Amino acid sequence: MIEAKNLNLYYGSFQALKDISMKVPEKSVTALIGPSGCGKSTFLRTFNRMNDLIAGVKIEGDIIVDDMNIYAKGVDVDSLRKRIGMVFQKPNPFAKSIYENVAYGMRVNGVNDEKLIKQTVEESLKQAALWDEVKDNLKKSAYALSGGQQQRLCIARALAVEPTILLMDEPASALDPISTSKIEELIHELKKNYTILIVTHNMQQAARVSDHTAFFYMGSLIEFNETKTIFTNPENQQTQNYVTGRFG
Amino acid sequence: MKKLLEKLTEGILMLSGTVTTVTVLLIVFFLFKEGAGLFGKSPTEDGFTVAVNHNNPIDKLSPEQIKNVFDQNIVNWKELGGNDDSIILFRMDDLLSYYSEDELGGIDTNMSLLAQKIDQVIENNKGVIAFISANEIPKEHHSKLVRIESIGLGSFFGGEVWFPTSTPVAQFGIYPLLMGTLWVSFIAILIALPFGLAAAIYMAEIADSKVRGILKPIIELLAGIPSVVYGFFGLIVLVPLVQQLFNLPVGETGLTGSIVLAIMALPTIITVAEDAITRTPRSVREASLALGASQWQTIYRIVIPAASSGITAAVILGIGRAIGETMAVLMVTGNAAVVPHSMLEPMRTIPATIAAELGEAAKGSLHYDALFALGCVLFIITMLVNITVEMISKKGTKNKLR
Amino acid sequence: MKGRTKKRVAELIAFNLFRIMSASIVLVLFSILAFIVVRGIGVISWDFISKMPEEGMTKGGIWPAIVGTMCLVAGSMLFAFPVGVLSGIYINEFVKDNWFKRFVKLMTNNLAGVPSIVFGLFGMSLFVNTLGFGDSIIAGSLTLGLLALPVIIRTTEESLKSIDKYHREGSYALGATKIQTIRRVVLPLAMPNIITGFILSIGRVSGETAPILFTVAAYFLPKLPSSMFDQVMALPYHLYVLSTSGTDMEASRNMAYGTALVLILIVLILNLLANFTRRFLNKKIKQ
Ligand SMILES: Nc1ncnc2c1ncn2[C@@H]1O[C@H](COP(=O)(O)OP(=O)(O)O)[C@@H](O)[C@H]1O
Ligand SMILES: [Mg+2]
Repeated sequence: MIEAKNLNLYYGSFQALKDISMKVPEKSVTALIGPSGCGKSTFLRTFNRMNDLIAGVKIEGDIIVDDMNIYAKGVDVDSLRKRIGMVFQKPNPFAKSIYENVAYGMRVNGVNDEKLIKQTVEESLKQAALWDEVKDNLKKSAYALSGGQQQRLCIARALAVEPTILLMDEPASALDPISTSKIEELIHELKKNYTILIVTHNMQQAARVSDHTAFFYMGSLIEFNETKTIFTNPENQQTQNYVTGRFG
Repeated sequence: MKKLLEKLTEGILMLSGTVTTVTVLLIVFFLFKEGAGLFGKSPTEDGFTVAVNHNNPIDKLSPEQIKNVFDQNIVNWKELGGNDDSIILFRMDDLLSYYSEDELGGIDTNMSLLAQKIDQVIENNKGVIAFISANEIPKEHHSKLVRIESIGLGSFFGGEVWFPTSTPVAQFGIYPLLMGTLWVSFIAILIALPFGLAAAIYMAEIADSKVRGILKPIIELLAGIPSVVYGFFGLIVLVPLVQQLFNLPVGETGLTGSIVLAIMALPTIITVAEDAITRTPRSVREASLALGASQWQTIYRIVIPAASSGITAAVILGIGRAIGETMAVLMVTGNAAVVPHSMLEPMRTIPATIAAELGEAAKGSLHYDALFALGCVLFIITMLVNITVEMISKKGTKNKLR
Repeated sequence: MKGRTKKRVAELIAFNLFRIMSASIVLVLFSILAFIVVRGIGVISWDFISKMPEEGMTKGGIWPAIVGTMCLVAGSMLFAFPVGVLSGIYINEFVKDNWFKRFVKLMTNNLAGVPSIVFGLFGMSLFVNTLGFGDSIIAGSLTLGLLALPVIIRTTEESLKSIDKYHREGSYALGATKIQTIRRVVLPLAMPNIITGFILSIGRVSGETAPILFTVAAYFLPKLPSSMFDQVMALPYHLYVLSTSGTDMEASRNMAYGTALVLILIVLILNLLANFTRRFLNKKIKQ
């Protein structure tokens, strides 16, 4: 169960998120859409406190993950991040072997049992639908993979630390159509076990993969509803304009 | 008209564009032209030769052997692979202890018998080795002239003695200088590396922008201080400190030089390494943090490996700088041209040797050429350093993600 | 939870270690500066700056060394600055990205890596002996100029590269030729950084000793140069002489402190000036 309550975020004096409240449904896919610069990525990154790394960021309001306010004092950010997987816009594997990429999350979280690691690596790669393609080349550099494979490796890497929530920031925007459809299939599979938040600027993609959709505009959450509703019968005129492409 | 002016401007620009290439080529030409003058020559003083008894089986000696003979480090021909005879040194001045002036023909006749008598001395003493002017060898002589090996690359790099003003035979072995240079530089980098890397990591990953804004100009300043000032500081402060600390007869040691060089190499190491570290893509860092890694884990498991080629380049460049540094080293290392056994002994580096001796070497002399040959060695080392760095950074960019 | 504290402790130790090590570098710099300032400040006076050295360089001033260094800086920059800037312009604006550009860049890097004593050897062989300038300001200046070239070329290149494409395109759109565009649009924008590089290379040149040892520097010469074929004293070499081979080292110690302080002050002022131009001029251009 994750939820944002009256969330405001400032980059210095610039307010990037304005009073956002939203309950993200569990074990389903929620898409964040909106024009570029409206705050989708910023919002996504508040859930694993990735914005903490940026100098001058100020955050007001609460984010609740599993009944806990993650911005409360004394929260262990590392273990929070462990519970929330993240996939980035461009594939960003580490300069390590395929195996070590997936094992990394366990290693940094103190898992030493090599047998367990091996098993988890295999499972994660299977879940990410990459196992069959790489099982004979686990020692090879991750850079040897194609872009689409790299992105699935990054998903496998995120899954290996057994998160409950997956944040994806335009995960297919740098990929070709075939790789994109593979990723979309994968998302469809994964939502059985994970709560997925996905940023996309591609409205067809949002319509294809998500159950709920949130429309952002200039830092505000304009409308949040079932994807079907958003795309066929939105309540808000701005949403209507955006999804029908009459925007700007 | 305007067209012509533009063409002219372009021409001037092109000329300027090639200025570094031309300079490098000129450096190669002049350095190697003078340096090459050393090789293939006999290291004896002009017009002098070495002669021995005609029964002596030795007919060839290396400069280093001759030096050892005249320094009486070698006292028996056996040590040189000859007969078991003790070596008797003979120089021109020694003739008077064999013959009186009259016996040599008297001053009036300008010692007309000199040459014959010298020949006689050599003939009468089995173990004699004579260092004499070539004019003093009679046409019909019984003594045997020993061939002195001319200077080759082998004796240049392998020779253990650097003593260009030694008589009868100058010594141009750069092994001790090479070792001195490498040791002083190597230890300097060993000292500088942990501090340099720590500062690079601190500036790139840990410090906030305010602290970084203070550190950057400080590093720049550190790079800007002239090397004589470092040398002066080393001489006044570090030399006595090292002497007391290790209870040494002199504080001018290889270690002192290394410490000064370490400080001087820091800016190079820090800037190049920091550059490499900051070039690691932000999203790779974030991916690690998103998996629950701490910032430190991210730094040492992801960022540093990703920056490793840049960090290696920093180290090599640092070594290159240290090897070429002249004044500071000249002032604090003590400059003893012996093969070093410990960092607490005085050492002498190649650049320091050039700086200290070029003023005394007559233009065109072997000594002068030898110093240019040292310059060639330095030049080659720095070229190798540059090419290595170039190759490493090329490999580094190839591995980087878009 | 245990893993968490272990991770935190490791991080805490590592970060503090780095902090301490970085601080120690700062400490080293400040102790060098403090040492020379404290010992040298009492030596500096108008007489010290403006007088000739006296009594075997144990008394008097360092005026001829100051003048000598100024001559060398002026001479070397007169040569290196225009040539370096033109060269940087050529490499960045005119050469296509091919083997030639890579080669030229490699050569510039190589030249930058050549030890200063090798420049000294080269300068002696070419300028002093072959061209017959003898130990002279011109020989020393040219040697120092060659040494400063790579820095000036690189800063020029970097500053040109950092200029947005649309500035050029805007100019071309108005029908300007390439050279006009560079002269009127690109160069003015790049100037602050080029000047910063220029100032920093002045600092470098005024502190170099090895290249001038055998091309110009005089051990003791209590008169000012009258032509560019004269020898001169120079500050860094003077400091070297005072601290290692003066006639009476103990007595000249104070002179050495004063000379070191003057050198440090030059570098300090030039660094401040460079930072100032970087910030101030860049801001002015943006407005
Ligand atoms: N690090 C940052 N510093 C300052 N402003 C930022 C930063 N990151 C993003 N912004 C600003 O915040 C707004 C939202 O950005 P972002 O969340 O990346 O938008 P989106 O992902 O919807 O395209 C934009 O106006 C952007 O310029
Ligand atoms: Mg975005």
